[in-house]
Amino acid sequence: MTSIATEAPVDVNGVAVPNRPGGRVLAVLRDAGASVPTLCYDDRLEPQGTCRMCLVEVEMNGRTETVASCTAFSEPGMKVRTHTKEIVEYRKTLLELLLSEVRDPAKDSKRAALGDYEFQAAVREYGAEADAFRPLERRQKVDDPNPFIARDYDMCIACFRCTNICNDWEQASAITVAGRGQDSNIFTKFSNLLMESPCTFCGQCVNTCPTGALTNRKLANAITPVSMDWEGEVEEAESNTLPAPSGDAVQLGPETAVERTKTICPYCGVGCGINLITQDGELVGSEPDFSAPSQGSLCVKGQFGSWDFINSDERLTTPIIKNAQGEFEPASWDEALTLVTDKFKHYRDTNGPDSTVFWSSARTTSESNYLAQKFARVALETNNIDNCSRT
Amino acid sequence: MVGKGAMSNSIEEIAGADMILVIGSNTTEAHPVISLRMKKAVRNGAKLVVIDPRKIELTKWANRHVQLKIGTDIPVLNAMAHVIIKEGLYDAEYVENRTEGFEALRRHVEIYTPEFAEELSGVPAEDIAATAREYAAASPKASICYTLGITEHSCGTHNVQAVGNLALLCGNFGRENAGVNPLRGQNNVQGVSDMGALPTDLPGYQKIEKSEVREKFERAWGTPLPRRRGITKITALDQMVRGEVKAVYIMGENTVVSDPCSGHSRKALEAAEFVVVQDIFMNDTARLADVVLPAAAFAEVDGTFANSERRVQRVRKAVDPPGEARADWRILLDMFEYMGVPQDLESPSDVWDEVAALAPILSGISYDRLDKEGGIQWPCPTPDHPGTVFLHEDEMDSGMPGQFAPVDHIPPVEEPDDEYPLFLTTGRRRSTYHTGTQTGRAIGFDELVPHELAELNPLDADVLGIEDGEVVRVSSRRGSLDVHAKVTDRSPKGAIFMAFAHPDTAPTNILTNDAYDFITETPEFKACAVKVERLGAGDAAEAVAD
Ligand code: SF4
Ligand code: SF4
Ligand code: FES
Repeated sequence: MTSIATEAPVDVNGVAVPNRPGGRVLAVLRDAGASVPTLCYDDRLEPQGTCRMCLVEVEMNGRTETVASCTAFSEPGMKVRTHTKEIVEYRKTLLELLLSEVRDPAKDSKRAALGDYEFQAAVREYGAEADAFRPLERRQKVDDPNPFIARDYDMCIACFRCTNICNDWEQASAITVAGRGQDSNIFTKFSNLLMESPCTFCGQCVNTCPTGALTNRKLANAITPVSMDWEGEVEEAESNTLPAPSGDAVQLGPETAVERTKTICPYCGVGCGINLITQDGELVGSEPDFSAPSQGSLCVKGQFGSWDFINSDERLTTPIIKNAQGEFEPASWDEALTLVTDKFKHYRDTNGPDSTVFWSSARTTSESNYLAQKFARVALETNNIDNCSRT
Repeated sequence: MVGKGAMSNSIEEIAGADMILVIGSNTTEAHPVISLRMKKAVRNGAKLVVIDPRKIELTKWANRHVQLKIGTDIPVLNAMAHVIIKEGLYDAEYVENRTEGFEALRRHVEIYTPEFAEELSGVPAEDIAATAREYAAASPKASICYTLGITEHSCGTHNVQAVGNLALLCGNFGRENAGVNPLRGQNNVQGVSDMGALPTDLPGYQKIEKSEVREKFERAWGTPLPRRRGITKITALDQMVRGEVKAVYIMGENTVVSDPCSGHSRKALEAAEFVVVQDIFMNDTARLADVVLPAAAFAEVDGTFANSERRVQRVRKAVDPPGEARADWRILLDMFEYMGVPQDLESPSDVWDEVAALAPILSGISYDRLDKEGGIQWPCPTPDHPGTVFLHEDEMDSGMPGQFAPVDHIPPVEEPDDEYPLFLTTGRRRSTYHTGTQTGRAIGFDELVPHELAELNPLDADVLGIEDGEVVRVSSRRGSLDVHAKVTDRSPKGAIFMAFAHPDTAPTNILTNDAYDFITETPEFKACAVKVERLGAGDAAEAVAD
C-alpha cells in the first residue's frame, strides 16, 4: 500500500492516476475515467486479449508500443494514450470486420428498447459502417426451444465470453467452442439443447454477451419494441414482432425505452443485486446489477424468475372477510382494519395480551418487520412476536 | 458461543479461503451464487471437503466427500476435535487468549475417537482424521459453511456448537477468509432477526428481559413494555390447540405448507378464534383466515433486506401494487392508527431512522449512505464507520471469550424401523423456492422440475422393484402421498430426498415429523422415517389422472 504513495503515477491521456501494482493497464485507464471497448473482456475472468479492441499506446522509458490494455500490466510512470488517430482508425476497421460477420444490429428494435449492447455502443461511437466489408456467411441460429435463453448466433462475434463465463465462473461446462475463426461455433455436447446439457440457466452467458447473440427470451417476449432515430426520440413500433430486415429499418438511438430500478433479488439469503426492468409502468423483466457485491452473478431464480409472480392475475387485490357462512367476501380497507383491530383489542382486553400472537416474515422488508414487532409490543402489549426464519 | 446468529465472515471471503468445509449445505442448489465463490477457491487451490449424507452436486468440486449417515454430524465433528487436540494441531495461543472451556472440551471429546465416530456415522476413521488435519493446517484461513442440514435436526443447536468448537480450536473466528458461516435460506431471514421480530429480542439483538434495554425502548416509544419474553411460533401453535392463544396475525408466510407436520399447523389455526393473514396470494394458510389483507410484493415497495453476510441493502419500488394491495409497512401503520396508537412515521426511510436510533449495530446506516455506497454490513455503529466485513476481530462479538461447548450425539427422534425402513430428508432445489408461491408462477420453471421427485438410491430401488420416473407412494406415520421416483446415487442407500415446492401435488410436509430442536425449536426437517411402495394398478391410474 505504501508503494502507491511513493511510486510515480500513471498518466492516462494527461490525467495522472496512481499505479496499480500488479494491475492491468485497463484498470488504471478506467480509474482515470477513460474508456475503451473491451469486447472479449469480463472483469470476473482472466483476460483473453483476443479481440484487440482495447489496444492503447503506452510510452515507457522512452519506448512507445501498442498493447492490449486488458492484458498488459501497468507500471509507474507509464504514459497511456487511448485514442490516438491510428488506434481509433484501427478500432473502426476491426468493428467493420466484425460487422461483416453479423446481422446489422441497427435493425433490431427490441434491442433498441433495452439500450445498446457493448458491441452496438462501440459501433456507434466509432462510426463503423455495416457495409464496409463484404458480408461473410453468418453463424447458425440454434433452434433451442428452452424457455429462457435465445441463441441467435448470427449476432455472434466469437469473443467467447459466454463459454469462458460458463466454464470458469459458473463452472457448469454447459457450452464449448468448436472450430476456429469464422468456422467456430458454440454448442452444447450431444443434442445442442441447453435443457439436455449441464446448463443451470444461471444466465451468466446472456449477461456477458456483448452483442445480443444470447438473449433473455422471457425479457425479449415481454418488451415492446421501439423504433428510435439518432436523436434518441422514442416512438412505439407498430407490432410486437421484430421488423423485417429491410434497408430502411429503424436505427438505434442512445436512449432506452425502459426504466431500470436497482433492487435485491427476492429469493434467497445471498441477496444478489438485480435491476427490475419496467416499460410503461409494467414490469417486464430483470437483469443483474453488476455494481452489487454479487458482481452480476445470479442463479436461475434471480435471473429468470424474479418478476412474473408479481404480474400474476392470482394476486390478492382487495381485503377479504369471511362471512358467517364461511365464504370470503371483498371488503373495504376501512372495514377490514376496523374488524381486525376491534378483534385484537377484544382479545387483548378480555383474555389478556398473551392470548394474541403476531408472526412476521422473512420475505418482507426489515422496516415492515420492525413495525410488526413494535405493533405486537406496543399495540398488542405482548412479546408474542416470532417469524419463520427457523424454517 | 461467540455472538449473534449470522455469518461471521463475508461471502467474497470464501473465495480466498485455503480450505472450505461445507456441512449440510447443498450450496449449488440452495445458494448457487455462494457456490461460485467456493468453486473459485477450489480453482485457486483451496481444499474443499463436503460433509453430507447425500452425494450433492458440490461433491464434484470436493477433494473429499465425507458421506455420513443422516443425523451423525456430532460424532464426526467431535472426532475431528479429538484428532486436532490429540495431535496438538490447535492454535494454543488463540485458545489461551480468546476462549474458555478448553479443558472440558478436551475431556469430553476424548472418547470420540475417529474409530468410534466411524461406528456411528459410517465414515472411515482415516477420512475423519485427514479432514481434521487439513482443517487445522489451513487455519486460520479455513472457512466452515453450513445451512439447514445442520440446524434442521432435533439436535440442531448442538450441531452448530460442535462446528463452533472446531473454529475456536483452530483460531478461525476473527480472521479473514475464515469463520463459521451459516448461509441463510430466505431473502430477509437476517433482517427479521435484526429487527427484533423475536420473542426474546428487541431490535439489534437487545434482550427484552434486561431492564436497562426495556427502559431505553420504553422511553423511545413512550409506553411501558411487556417484561416477559414471548412465545415462539411452535409454542403458540400448541397454545392455540389448547385455546390459550385466541388471535393470530400472520404476515406473509404460508405456515400450513411450510411447517413440518402441516396437519398440526392447520389444526391449530382452525382452533384459533381469529386469524388474519396478510400476503400477496391466497394460499392454504390464508384460506383458514377470517380476514385476508392484500400485501404488496418486493417490487412494489421501498425498504431494506439484510443478506446472509449481515449486509443491509436497499430494495426499491419499481411498480405500483395491484388493485387495493398495500405495502406491509403501510398496512401496519394503519393498524397502529386504528388501535389508537398512531405513529409519527410516513415512509420506510422514517422507519429506518427510528431503527438506527435504537439499535447500536445499525446506527451508522442511513438510506442516504445506502444510496451512495451500496449495501453496508453491520455492525456499523457510526455514520463514518465503513461496516464490518468479518466479526470478532479484536474480541468476540459477545464481549466474552469464545465458549467451547461439549456436546453429545443425539440420534434423530424418529429413526427407520421395520415398518418405515427409510429415512426421508428434505431440502431445496435450485429452480424452486420454498413453498413454490413465486417460482411456481414463473414462466418456464415448470420445465425445469415439472413435479416433485423422491430421489432414491439405485440399490433401494432395486430391492423395491421401482423404476426411474415411476409414481410411487411415500408414507410416514403422519401421512402419505404419491410422487415420481428419481433413481439416483445422489441419495445414499437407506434414505430418500424430497423438496417441498409442489404443495398441491406432493405436500412433503405432511410426511415430516413435528420434532423440534429443544433449544431453538427449529423443526427436524432433515430426518424422519418413511416407507416407499409401488402403486397398485388402480392407484397408478388414479395418480396419473391427478
Ligand atoms: S446459462 Fe449459465 S450454465 Fe447455462 S450456458 Fe449460460 S453460463 Fe452456462
Ligand atoms: S439470484 Fe439466486 S443466489 Fe442470488 S439472491 Fe436470488 S435466489 Fe439467491
Ligand atoms: S478486451 Fe482486450 S483484447 Fe479484447
